[in-house]
Amino acid sequence: MPTEIETLPVQRKEETIYEHLQARGVSRREFLSFCAWMGACIGLESSGVAQMVKALETKKRIPVIWLHFQECTCCSESFIRSSHPIVADILLDKISLDYTETLMAASGHQAEKSLQDTIAKYKGEYLLCIEGSVPLAEDGVYCCIGGKTAKHIAEECAEHAKAIIAWGNCACSGCVQAAKPNPTDAKPIHKILAGKPIINVQGCPPIAEVMAGVLVHLLTFDAIPQLDNLGRPKAFYSRRVHDTCYRRPNYDAGLFVESFDDENARKGYCLYKMGCRGPSTYNSCGTIRWNGGVSFPIQSGHGCIGCSEANFWDNGPFYQRLPNLPGFPIEGTADKVGTIAAAAAVGGAAVHAVMTNFRKREGIGEQAGENAEQAEKHNGSSDHKS
Amino acid sequence: MNASHDYQRVYVWEQPVRWFHWINAACIIALGATGYLIAHPPGLLSGAEAGDSYWFGTIRFVHFATAYVFMCNFLFRLYWASVGNKYTHWRNFFPLTKPQIRQIFAVLRVDIFQSSNKAVHTLGHNSMAYFTYMGTGVLTMFQVFSGFALYASMSHSWFPQMFAWMVPLFGSEQNLRVFHYGALWLFIVFTLIHVYLVFYHDYVEGHGVLSSMVGGWKFMEKEEIEADQAIGLSGFSHHKPAAHPAAPPPKAGTKPVVP
Repeated sequence: MPTEIETLPVQRKEETIYEHLQARGVSRREFLSFCAWMGACIGLESSGVAQMVKALETKKRIPVIWLHFQECTCCSESFIRSSHPIVADILLDKISLDYTETLMAASGHQAEKSLQDTIAKYKGEYLLCIEGSVPLAEDGVYCCIGGKTAKHIAEECAEHAKAIIAWGNCACSGCVQAAKPNPTDAKPIHKILAGKPIINVQGCPPIAEVMAGVLVHLLTFDAIPQLDNLGRPKAFYSRRVHDTCYRRPNYDAGLFVESFDDENARKGYCLYKMGCRGPSTYNSCGTIRWNGGVSFPIQSGHGCIGCSEANFWDNGPFYQRLPNLPGFPIEGTADKVGTIAAAAAVGGAAVHAVMTNFRKREGIGEQAGENAEQAEKHNGSSDHKS
Repeated sequence: MNASHDYQRVYVWEQPVRWFHWINAACIIALGATGYLIAHPPGLLSGAEAGDSYWFGTIRFVHFATAYVFMCNFLFRLYWASVGNKYTHWRNFFPLTKPQIRQIFAVLRVDIFQSSNKAVHTLGHNSMAYFTYMGTGVLTMFQVFSGFALYASMSHSWFPQMFAWMVPLFGSEQNLRVFHYGALWLFIVFTLIHVYLVFYHDYVEGHGVLSSMVGGWKFMEKEEIEADQAIGLSGFSHHKPAAHPAAPPPKAGTKPVVP
């Protein structure tokens, strides 16, 4: 049946993204509304949307290798649960996913061969997406796939990659496995690979629309989006959760939840005193939100835990405004240490003041005038002694 | 013997230095109080509507605005350390000469542990005090740097952005915030000891230390002044050594002139 074969999209290299979408039954209207929505998400002006439409119409799909190391696959899970149908498709259809442990059909040697083929075929063209951290302890034995260590695979795949996307906190800063004492010596991707642009798409997991937005940006502009000083795309990580939080007016008015079961919590006051990390966390949770804009942690009454920030597991406890002091035993907050130090200073000063009245008697007050001679004598004698 | 007390009135702290001191003190109190409230906001108005009040926002505003005053005041003091009189010279703050280091140990013996009664008389601060103020200077700079780094994300001004590099240096804002807050306790401990020691010195030595930061004058016996000047401490001159014969050039290995 040669005619049947011809209708299948086998010519993947020649097909543009829009053509592919058309073949999947996406209407022009749906396509344009997706571009407008995505453009708004990544903060493009209206002319930028036209640019995106043009890019998706004319550009071929980019080959992608998606690696999984030390992680829980929540980044993939987040992505495929994206609210917009085309966003879900972007991973599975629009960009061509040539290798990913979770979603590819091939397995075993076939899968490994597919990986090698992709690298060989698309040298310098493919996008490398990495989910998870890389363990370095014991020569990296804590994460091996197909007999190779994670470090080996990452280096192999990165060599000819066009760009690298580090998905989620694991790949960006090591997440829970890199928390103290980090038994496997888990390292984020930017500590392993050098010389290639790395985009850190932070979060545990990142918001699906953010992940899609980064991919669409790469497709549209063929350039790395503007990154902040921690390598995160500024379009999504330039504002604090605190600054985009709908509970912010309560913060400015000094209205705080004092405990999770109090009246203030019911009224939806600010969760600052409950340890909310919104004031030091950069993410789009307050604007894009989750599950199609339904909610986000603070809206559900729980503080932000700062999952898009490095070492957020070590900055605990989550329900305390300021983390414990590093280097001090548990419960060693700045306040406890400071109070002890201040009390010691006051106590020391009091003891010192009493001591002064004994030790420095001759020089003090009326004594100095009346017994000046004596004092001189005393000072003189101690002078000679020392 | 009383008659031989030949007190001299010496103008030590120039007016700009005194202004610096009191503006600095006011800033530390304001920043400390607002900073503590920012870390531990009291639950004052539960039951109110958010739109009706802005007190926490105001407290933060006071903190940020005072930070600018605090920094400018400190920058002014750095400038004055190179144009002011010899007691304010920047070199005093670095105990690099032998007599300075010796005096630090002497102060510890005499004033802190009181194992010796041989008083240390200095017109400016003593070396131990200068050294401590260098520490508070470093602490001030850290607070300014870390504070503006934390403020950068809330500001559109170019100025705080210059300090944004502090955040990656400390890993995250949360980490930097702990250090910024922890430094508040260092200021509290410093202030307690500082105020106590000023009272102590005024009480024991009678040089008028306490009032010197108001009027600028200190009172010392002629012999004590001569001894202080001879050691060359608090006497790093801005001018040629001839103008202040007591200030030896700080050359390595040079023996201080001790009477």
